[in-house]
Amino acid sequence: MNNLSVSHLTGIRDLTTEDIEMIFKTADSFKDVINRPIKKVPSLRDITIANLFFENSTRTRLSFELAAKRLSADVVNFTAANSSVKKGETLIDTVNNILSMKVDMVVIRHASPGAAGFLTKHIPAKVINAGDGTHEHPTQALLDAYSIREKLGTVKGKKVAIIGDILHSRVALSNIYCLQKLGAEVMVCGPSTLIPKYIESLGVKVSHNLHEALMWCDVANMLRIQLERQDIQYFPSLRDYALQFGLNQELLDSLGKDIVVMHPGPINRGVEITSDVADGDQSIILNQVENGVAIRMAVIYLLASQIER
Amino acid sequence: MDKQVILDAQQFDLTLTRLCHELIEQHSDFSNTVLIGLQPRGIHVVKRLRDKLNEILSAAPVCGSLDITFYRDDFRRREKPIIPSVTNIDFSIENKQVILVDDVLFTGRTIRSGLDALLTFGRPTKVQLLVLIDRRFNRDLPIQADYIGKSVDTLFHEKVKVSWLEGDGEDKVELYMKDSNE
Repeated sequence: MNNLSVSHLTGIRDLTTEDIEMIFKTADSFKDVINRPIKKVPSLRDITIANLFFENSTRTRLSFELAAKRLSADVVNFTAANSSVKKGETLIDTVNNILSMKVDMVVIRHASPGAAGFLTKHIPAKVINAGDGTHEHPTQALLDAYSIREKLGTVKGKKVAIIGDILHSRVALSNIYCLQKLGAEVMVCGPSTLIPKYIESLGVKVSHNLHEALMWCDVANMLRIQLERQDIQYFPSLRDYALQFGLNQELLDSLGKDIVVMHPGPINRGVEITSDVADGDQSIILNQVENGVAIRMAVIYLLASQIER
Repeated sequence: MDKQVILDAQQFDLTLTRLCHELIEQHSDFSNTVLIGLQPRGIHVVKRLRDKLNEILSAAPVCGSLDITFYRDDFRRREKPIIPSVTNIDFSIENKQVILVDDVLFTGRTIRSGLDALLTFGRPTKVQLLVLIDRRFNRDLPIQADYIGKSVDTLFHEKVKVSWLEGDGEDKVELYMKDSNE
């Protein structure tokens, strides 16, 4: 067990349980590093990483950039909004141009499902998927599971409810794969229009009742309603959604048990989660962000160690 | 298969005792001195020194462990596992005298990485090096130890193995050919 079984990180689906555990173990060490007075290690001095973000992002891009810099790698950032993509350049052309500037690793976020997997077949650099459309967002799932492990000691045997817009969520799919590989039980909950058909085939429970889901679970992962991906109306109004599927303190208190509340961000306060819950004692939302850097350092480090010079 | 015992259990114990007294000579009551063992094998040396110093001084010195995985210069040039061990330095090394501890000093590259790793925790007034075995004449870098259990002259392809009562069953140091497979 010297390294990951994969040479790129395109999705959790390709990872083994051992891979995930190796990433967690490595992240433990990096979490220690980023809490030192000097938060930087020299491991990746000779590596250059390109962050290619064809879709908007704050947290993930910052987190990847910080992770790379704390490993001493050089980073170039690219955002589609002010690039030649607008002039009609294809994905492969854009990436190849960047690669000819001697880049060893590419972190890509793209609106098309499979964009990262597509790149692995066409470019000689390591590829990390930072979200491809509605498909996967592997580092988010890893940091979510890592945060559960940190809070509850283990992921195995825990019950995790993923609540909200499952249909448009890459976080949900990656989380389902990741949690199941680690031995957790998963339930998805949301309006029936936002639950994909046949999702039971992934071995998850389905509920359309928030209270029922909360009573069942140890951890509630609240997802954002992805209005930007919704081409048609999936529910009557945001207010109606918030009343039926929004998590508030009153509901949380009525459960008679403490559950852990998570959110991958960005939060729509007052829609899927109220401010008092998001900022409350049971929320580990900001821990998730901190762990994100450690997890991404681990993924970059383990993949970079496969690069031969 | 040729194996040569460099230190047997009795010599092993005497050597550690002598090292303790050398440390006390320089650092008296350890009020401003800490011991930091390099992972993975230096921590065994620290543990023994700590126990012995505790016996002699009736007070244990402050001890920690340091993992140097991320500071190595041979990252991506080796096939061994790259998974790090635990670093445990839950005290400030600022203005302290630090004694880095390892079992075997060979090329000096581990110590070089160790110094880099150590300095991310602050600025000690002084750093010294203690090793159980010094393989002199095998150095790649200009690094020397301040306290040496035993110096040995070895060929580059030979291997020095330190065994510990806890874990390996007995205290001893052996020299053998690397490719002889135990």
